[in-house]
Amino acid sequence: MTDIERLPYDVVVIGAGGSGLRAAIEARLAGKRTAIISKSLFGKAHTVMAEGGCAAAMGNMNPNDNWMVHFRDTMRGGKFLNNPRMAELHAREAPDRVYELEAWGALFDRTPEGKISQRNFGGHEYPRLAHVGDRTGLEMIRTLQQKVVALQQEDAVSLGDPEAMIKVYAETTITRLIKDGEGRMAGAFGYIRETGQFVVFEAPAVILATGGIGKTFKVSSNSWEYTGDGHALALLAGAKLMNMEFVQFHPTHMVWPISVRGLLVTESVRGDGGVLRNSEGKRYMFNYVPDVFRAQYAETEEEADRWYKDPDHNRRPPELLPRDEVARANNAEVKAGRGSPHGGVFLDIASRLPAEEILRRLPSMYHQFKELADVDITREPMEVGPAQHYVMGGVEVDPDTGESCVPGLFAAGEVSGGMHGSNRLGGNSLSDLLVFGRRAGVGAAEYLSRLGAKRPVADEGEIEAAREEALAPLERSGGENPYSVHAEVQETMSNLVGIIRTEPEIKKALAELETLGARAENVSAEGGSAYNPGWHLALDMRNIMLMAECVAAAALERQESRGGHTRDDYPGMKPEWRKINLICTLEGGNVVITRQPTPQMRDDLIALFDRDEMKKYLTEEEMAALPADGPEAAAAAAGSAAHEEK
Amino acid sequence: MSYKAALRVWRGDHGSGSLADYTVEVNDGEVVLDVLHRLQATQAGDLAIRWNCKAGKCGSCSMEINGRPRLACMTRMSTFTEDEVLTITPLRTFPVIRDLVTDVSFNYAKAREIPSFTPDPSVGLGEFRMQQVDVERSQEFRKCIECYLCQNTCHVIRDHPENERAFAGPRFLMRIAELEMHPADTADRREIAQDDFGLGYCNITKCCTEVCPENIKITDNALIPLKERVVGRKYDPLVWLGSKISRRPRTDTPKVPDKRS
Repeated sequence: MTDIERLPYDVVVIGAGGSGLRAAIEARLAGKRTAIISKSLFGKAHTVMAEGGCAAAMGNMNPNDNWMVHFRDTMRGGKFLNNPRMAELHAREAPDRVYELEAWGALFDRTPEGKISQRNFGGHEYPRLAHVGDRTGLEMIRTLQQKVVALQQEDAVSLGDPEAMIKVYAETTITRLIKDGEGRMAGAFGYIRETGQFVVFEAPAVILATGGIGKTFKVSSNSWEYTGDGHALALLAGAKLMNMEFVQFHPTHMVWPISVRGLLVTESVRGDGGVLRNSEGKRYMFNYVPDVFRAQYAETEEEADRWYKDPDHNRRPPELLPRDEVARANNAEVKAGRGSPHGGVFLDIASRLPAEEILRRLPSMYHQFKELADVDITREPMEVGPAQHYVMGGVEVDPDTGESCVPGLFAAGEVSGGMHGSNRLGGNSLSDLLVFGRRAGVGAAEYLSRLGAKRPVADEGEIEAAREEALAPLERSGGENPYSVHAEVQETMSNLVGIIRTEPEIKKALAELETLGARAENVSAEGGSAYNPGWHLALDMRNIMLMAECVAAAALERQESRGGHTRDDYPGMKPEWRKINLICTLEGGNVVITRQPTPQMRDDLIALFDRDEMKKYLTEEEMAALPADGPEAAAAAAGSAAHEEK
Repeated sequence: MSYKAALRVWRGDHGSGSLADYTVEVNDGEVVLDVLHRLQATQAGDLAIRWNCKAGKCGSCSMEINGRPRLACMTRMSTFTEDEVLTITPLRTFPVIRDLVTDVSFNYAKAREIPSFTPDPSVGLGEFRMQQVDVERSQEFRKCIECYLCQNTCHVIRDHPENERAFAGPRFLMRIAELEMHPADTADRREIAQDDFGLGYCNITKCCTEVCPENIKITDNALIPLKERVVGRKYDPLVWLGSKISRRPRTDTPKVPDKRS
């Protein structure tokens, strides 16, 4: 097993979820030999757990919707920390990416005219989410998986080998990226889970599509694979991570039984009419509408209820505020002693929709509560609470190509940063995967064309070092149990760097992480290298520790509350901090945080907002520098936008 | 509320193996996967289990619990009595890789042989128009999480590996039905469903339906209607006569070249 198998490719995509598959499809369509590395079996990626839908301003339900409205909603949701170019590309391109899935066989729910139906979601002004009941992510993964198969079938006919141009390496984990002598990407080192065989994918272009960091936290809706692999690989290869303090705590997950704590309860429950109540039966979200959103949300239950039927003349129910707001509200109600018996709040759909409608619209939610908690959601309310769900922070990339500061290293989807600012809107993840997955595939293909025949050659020293690092936990005996160290890291992060943070708690977390870091370096694994989960976790611990440190260090630095970062000791949002992205890099093995100015928004994008609204986010100095606002400016922006789109 | 459960877990690889006895703590509300994780964390660090979402959505943790094919993440411990010994073994139809993990590559090979979705190429992006009632039939089959419990259970291949070449199994016959019922698909897979994927081997005992964790009515809604369509195509005397005298080339979609690797 100590031999290393060499596998030459043009493009290696690490991750087989939505962004990875979309990137790989694009690279193969551009004629590049592509390897897809999947930590699990093909088709099992965390994307299957996405429930609600995929946001795209197709305007099928309300013709007033368009990319500009979607762009505005996304920037508001992220509290204006989003990279505006990414938010723009995302809003413009999402509809075509959804239509593409349909052409590849996806079957979305339909409108009476036979178009793709769209549903309401938090922070989206119009019904915007293409969906399939409450299993949209599964539909997306299956469609992309089947598209990969369709391409392989074409290659079987034309080249005689289905895997000539695109091959999936299932149950394979990458532990190190390999560079050449000049610091360019040259490949990726890893192991095949079934046998423990070491492999080097020799490729000049590597696309990270590894998803998030949920397994750093104890209560998380994320799957087994979410150990921050891509974030850590990028950091170790010299790339920058941005805004790691922004971690999304989605407001509604199951809280009981304990073993399913953290299991997601889709936002569609609220989009379809569900409301949150405390132990006193009060619909409390009306008390939690922050000033920046005051104008857009209903003030009475009557107005909120009218909105479902007549959204043009009523304001939205406050249950549909962005996720960070709802999560904080749920947390506050429980802290104030108005929680449910198992420490959550009540989510009520039973009294709001007829039973058969609930079964049609939310079949997996019905199934999940019935099977795991003996709760019939058509008759009684659900008990729900916040859990870690997503990370907004990630690899800093060029918005148009997805390339990081390391030549040949690309990132797309949750592992990349910038798109969602300080908080992601529900539904914007599935569309992000498609838009930026495709762009990274194009970016990698173009990089290869620029590179020509002079390909980087993998540094043998780096490969040997990666091999030794991977073998260490098996060769060490009597070290720490990786499962125990992992559980303690999760405990520390959930207790001290969770939904509400303070300086003393974060400092305590950093001190604990230092001790745990030393222990994580000393984990050992019993058994051999063939399908040995203890060994796999021992290797994942390096990444989990790095992510915990990045999140804690960045959370300590940002002295304000914004989106997915709430500091009890700095409760307000501060315009000066909107001008700053926090960057994590590794220096001598230590995480270093630096401040970097946020990119400028183009004038035509600024013109899409009201001056009054911008005041809530920008400093006085920035306001003074804004272009003159007015209908002409907005019309000019709209005109140029419509022109560009063709 | 917790108790100690007696577990017998199959340990070994494709060559050999045996059941090993363990005693593991069980807490209120837990599922079998929780208990296996506790076993892994405290007594058997290298116990091989395949799992991912622990939410019944990915279909990874398929195994046999007291002889019954199930998802470990959706099987609550409360379905067993506290003094019941739980015997946990890998899926029997597929070769064991290690412990509870099996080699399910058979399924991926079959998936690749089925001709893919084939829309009318003249329909542009965003121009598909389909009614909800028409998409619902295929939508039911697309709920499939590919846990392969149906494949594992189907008696045509369980204990009969000699049938694996000729028979695709319920999951993939259902995939053919899904494509055949897709409102925008133009291919015709009826003949190959019978000749290449072994639809005739299915004698509708509904074992697949019974083990489906997504409660898809595989037999009633996919396999039987597909059989009816095949009969209509293949054995209708008028169609047969037409095929003999017509000069039009056959329109059946051929099987994808068989290049299993």
